[in-house]
Amino acid sequence: MNRFGLIGRKKAAAAQTSETVGVDKRKRVRFYFASQWQLIWWRFRQHRLSMTAAPVLTVMYLFAVFCEFVTPYTVLKDFPAYKLAPPSKIHWISKEGKFQPYVYGIKGALDQATFRRVYVEDESQVYPVQFLVRGERYRLWGLFPSDRHLIGVREGGQIFLFGTDRLGRDLFSRVIYGSRVSLTIGLVGVFLSFVLGLTIGGVSGYFGGSVDSFIQRTIDLLVSVPHLPLWMTLAAALPRTWSNVQTYFAITVILSIVGWAGLARVVRGKLLALREEDFTMAARVSGASEWRIITKHLLPLFLSYVIVSITLSIPGMILGETALSFIGLGMQPPAVSWGTLLQDAMRVAAVAHSPWMLLPCVFVIVTVLMFNFLGDGLRDAADPYSVR
Amino acid sequence: MITYIARRIMVLIPLLFGISVISFVLIQLPPGDYLTTLIQQLEQSGTTVDAAQAEQLRILYGLDKPLPEQYWIWMRKILLHRDFGTSYAYGRPVRALLAERVPLTMAVSLLTVVFIWSMAVPIGIYSATHQYTVFDYFWTFVGFIGLATPSFLLALLVLWFAFTQFGIAAVGLFSPEYAYASWSVAKLLDLLKRIWVPVAIIGLSGTAGMIRVMRGTLLDELRKQYVTTARAKGLSELKLLFKYPVRVAINPFVSTIGWMLPGIVSGELLVSMVLNIPTTGPLLFSALMSQDMFLAGSIVMILSTLTVIGTLISDILLVWLDPRIRYEEVQR
Repeated sequence: MNRFGLIGRKKAAAAQTSETVGVDKRKRVRFYFASQWQLIWWRFRQHRLSMTAAPVLTVMYLFAVFCEFVTPYTVLKDFPAYKLAPPSKIHWISKEGKFQPYVYGIKGALDQATFRRVYVEDESQVYPVQFLVRGERYRLWGLFPSDRHLIGVREGGQIFLFGTDRLGRDLFSRVIYGSRVSLTIGLVGVFLSFVLGLTIGGVSGYFGGSVDSFIQRTIDLLVSVPHLPLWMTLAAALPRTWSNVQTYFAITVILSIVGWAGLARVVRGKLLALREEDFTMAARVSGASEWRIITKHLLPLFLSYVIVSITLSIPGMILGETALSFIGLGMQPPAVSWGTLLQDAMRVAAVAHSPWMLLPCVFVIVTVLMFNFLGDGLRDAADPYSVR
Repeated sequence: MITYIARRIMVLIPLLFGISVISFVLIQLPPGDYLTTLIQQLEQSGTTVDAAQAEQLRILYGLDKPLPEQYWIWMRKILLHRDFGTSYAYGRPVRALLAERVPLTMAVSLLTVVFIWSMAVPIGIYSATHQYTVFDYFWTFVGFIGLATPSFLLALLVLWFAFTQFGIAAVGLFSPEYAYASWSVAKLLDLLKRIWVPVAIIGLSGTAGMIRVMRGTLLDELRKQYVTTARAKGLSELKLLFKYPVRVAINPFVSTIGWMLPGIVSGELLVSMVLNIPTTGPLLFSALMSQDMFLAGSIVMILSTLTVIGTLISDILLVWLDPRIRYEEVQR
């Protein structure tokens, strides 16, 4: 990689001229005068995968934030008559031949051969799928009372987009409510690790000497041991009497006291490397003050790298929480997260007859995939002067 | 070389010390100590323990001493007598329990490394030499999915698939007839027949990552001038490929064991819990559930120690493999 701005710019500019043979001079000028963040944005925009990942993640986080509104039912609402009901079949074209999505009412019956509960559609009851429908009352963020739901059907009908669990609770609503814990734990955890990493890394660099080498050895230690046994043991020591909120923060703390080391190493390494770069020397030679070098030259570049490594370490945190909750050491029911939802999927015999219980898996995988794409795109964009 | 190895082992010592301290802290973490549980047990079996006896026991087990001294006693027992304490949940020495489970964990983890390499090297080479072909795109896609799918979810899916397709309720390491049999050639063969399922599950994400690394480094190598030179001199493509660029591109493989191994061990823990494989995973879990801290702490310590030693071996392998690396550089 080439970080000596000038050559990169020349080459990029040369590439542009060869394409548009001197016609588009204005574009070239625009390129020369663009600020670093503009260059980063232009480079990022070229990365197609991350340009899809960004909106997908935005939608997922919006769903998590407004989960009470987005979902048809609240998280604990159960339908005893509809235990382990399969996902509702949505019919798109109405009997009159118009485009009008609707679901039929469903009736539970006992299969005489297998003695399992099966559900059949009752075609006499038609419930159109409606937006902004009035339904169960809830308080958005526990503050604003409302009874509007983004999607739903009118009173009397049920819409289970992902089916129901063994207590007859709507899995779709639960997955979206669960994303509130699962998606934010990654952000909070990474934020904590970053603060820890930056502080400890800073202390390490500032004091140097034996403090530095002690901290470096600690980082070595934390990076080279498997994290899961540590997470498990720490999580198992949490008192079972704690409330959901307490457990939530305890888990983020657990994830980040093990996870800060990787981030701290990146932060320290990048800072040391950038300090040695030629442009730092050039700035120093031309009489720039230390403050100016740090804020104008080091920080922007450094920040972009940090954003990249933060983005790439979020999935690890999300997976950590999912794994802990999945084996029963993380969030405890009635709190929902993707991990606790997947606990039900551990019983293979139950899953065989209601495979929709595995749907939270899809959310975990898609989220991690999207963060990886986003991180890839950001990594390409973080150093906009490099030639690909 | 010898001095390098010696120096690396010197670095290992503080690392191992750190691991032991962390494990000791973990053992001390839950409220109450070994004695409270012991007294509880005695009282359950009908023996009443009065305060004086409790105090005596406390002195007997050295629990009246300050923590650093307790650590020292604990450590000395492990180092001198290989005595990890007693698991009260199982009523057996921790060492015996570890001896049953740890070899299987090691076997699965090492086989996973072998699996990752044997899958990723050929696929990576082929992808790099046939860049932007269907095969390349296919494996890039598999790579992305593989990186994003945590091994325990994959294990769940495999479990579900095996149940619905073949009616097998558990994908264990042994057939039922061998599960409690003592070791024999037949049991070993049976194990080898079944072990690849967890190995492939744990290895998927590692393989996906490694294919990308291999493809990336090999592509970089192939663009270098010495390749053009060799080609100009008339070396056959295959010979050229394996003689130089592949050898160079394999190096990051060895050096990545360092960060791969902790991930593999973590993955192994979870996968064996889902698939119910008798390795350290389920043991650690049940130990944590019954607050059997000596067992839990010892497992954490053993797993971490083995991981760190594995990393050391890989570092030494790297230096041996790549003469361009000067010992001082690796030293950091």
